Amino acid sequence: MMFVAFALFPIAATFGAEAYLIDLFRRIMIFAIAALALDLLVGYGALVSFGHAAFIGIGAYAVGILAASNVSDMIISLPLAIGAAALFAYLTGTICLRTRGVYFIMITLAFGQMAYFFAGSLAPYGGDDGLTLAMRSTLLGFAPFKHDLLFYYIVLGCLVGCYWLCRALVISRFGRVFRGARENPTRMAALGFDVFRYQLTAYTISGALGGLAGFLLANATDFVSPAYMSWHRSGELIVMIILGGIGNLNGAIVGTVAFLLLGEWLSDLTENWEMIFGPLLVVIILLARGGLLGLAAQMAAWYRRENILSVGDFIAAVGRYLRQLARRTIKSTLQTSRSRSRG
Amino acid sequence: MVEPVLRLEALHKSFGGLMVTRDVTVELAADELHAIIGPNGAGKTTLINQISGLIAPDSGRIVFGGRDVTALPAPERAALGLARSFQITSILPAFSVLENVALAVQARSGSSFRFFGRASSEEALNKPAMAALDEVGLADRADVIAGRLAHGEKRALELAIALAMEPKLLLLDEPMAGAGREESQRLITVLSRLKGRFPMLLVEHDMTAVFALADRISVLIYGQILTSGTPEEVRADPRVIAAYLGDEME
Ligand SMILES: Nc1ncnc2c1ncn2[C@@H]1O[C@H](COP(=O)(O)OP(=O)(O)O)[C@@H](O)[C@H]1O
Ligand SMILES: [Mg+2]
Repeated sequence: MMFVAFALFPIAATFGAEAYLIDLFRRIMIFAIAALALDLLVGYGALVSFGHAAFIGIGAYAVGILAASNVSDMIISLPLAIGAAALFAYLTGTICLRTRGVYFIMITLAFGQMAYFFAGSLAPYGGDDGLTLAMRSTLLGFAPFKHDLLFYYIVLGCLVGCYWLCRALVISRFGRVFRGARENPTRMAALGFDVFRYQLTAYTISGALGGLAGFLLANATDFVSPAYMSWHRSGELIVMIILGGIGNLNGAIVGTVAFLLLGEWLSDLTENWEMIFGPLLVVIILLARGGLLGLAAQMAAWYRRENILSVGDFIAAVGRYLRQLARRTIKSTLQTSRSRSRG
Repeated sequence: MVEPVLRLEALHKSFGGLMVTRDVTVELAADELHAIIGPNGAGKTTLINQISGLIAPDSGRIVFGGRDVTALPAPERAALGLARSFQITSILPAFSVLENVALAVQARSGSSFRFFGRASSEEALNKPAMAALDEVGLADRADVIAGRLAHGEKRALELAIALAMEPKLLLLDEPMAGAGREESQRLITVLSRLKGRFPMLLVEHDMTAVFALADRISVLIYGQILTSGTPEEVRADPRVIAAYLGDEME
């Protein structure tokens, strides 16, 4: 359903002739790929990776550096972008995955920052300033990324492919073991599963998908920079998946759309948009356990429970809800004050 | 004499200054149900953890099926056919009851590095899993989320998971722990039916269960084997009565 919306969007946009909207949605879909990759780890493996932007950055730099050496064919650059990110994931994963919980978060963050500083020190490739892409990737002489609309649909194709891949992974034998490792690693070991190997494989796959997102991002922005790898970016990815609803691949996409659209919209409204954006995110995340998708499910359940069929029903139900809430608040306040006066 | 399934040779294990396993030497024959009894804190769980590979002993050897497994990590021991249940229920609470058991079947049937195909609709996994659930009387609860089971049912699931591994040796750490009388009785029936199918090492507090099931009993006190023998011998041993059975058997 979401994918159909993405597919139809450019047709709507061409009527409005808003080329920049196509650009925006292409960017959204690219980040949705990275968010999917992250949700695979966080949502299904409870592996909160705080360095995921590094994979995007590595994929992007692979494109940038190759283009600077006049290699633009994606027959070379795409496997290299994905392979480099996967290799980085594999190598860092062998270390990160020895740790758990907060330590895992810290060490993935550390590796992410390591990649960030390394990119910043690449003097021949622009250092901190980054590097303008000499040319977009080509395919055997064609230039598929030259046409905005074609590029848009290629990104959409990649997103659908990644979604399908993640979905298949999660329900496969492999995914079952990976999910089991989140639930109870001791039980998994006693069953005969070396959970580390499964987690490392998932981490590597996730890194590879991040590399794909980086490949696309470099081509979409015609630019690569260390900022792609900064921990802000990693943090944003985490916020995106929390916003949409963790452990639900649809949530990763919904969260990315909501996050980037909200940011875009607020930055149009006011200069100091980040001052609103931050608190707004906190409120949404606090209110909606399970993210926006969780909220939608709660709303749907509430609609059914209250039997809401019209606007009138809706207002009445909200009234009932508020009255209930008020009664409960008064009651608990009375109780605490009574027990306090007693004590 | 036939090679024993399991041989523990002079195992030692300390936690800091506390010696929890003290020169433990035990042999388990191929058709035997061997019970380990002993008061709380005697080191029974620690012993099971060392056999299953979750804890490494400080010294001594563990020989399983003729092979020294002392240095082998837990998953590899499980792959050799060493299955266990946990005293404190250890299941996958978010998985369905059937999936918990199917995962145990999956562990012993081919590679789990398969990235495509829906695991939950593999008949080759579900069928043996259902058989194991049937064995412990949980078949009608197959689709329930495991975390929502009643305590006694969780104990039964714990057993079904171990059964589904088709063990060459089954380690049971207080399988009736916390289960009600009726539930315990049911589990005893299940265990007596399983007896003889594969060797078992049973740690249990419930003396009725132990004396009903065990071929041989070892008594563990302060990490040390006080005595080993048939139920009759152990019941009659004055040291055992003094140290342990006295108050247990009123
Ligand atoms: N991981 C551990 N670290 C420190 N002490 C432990 C640990 N595990 C068990 N113990 C201690 O070892 C002793 C034996 O414990 P345990 O093997 O669980 O006994 P049992 O199962 O016979 O009741 C207890 O005193 C317990 O407190
Ligand atoms: Mg114990």
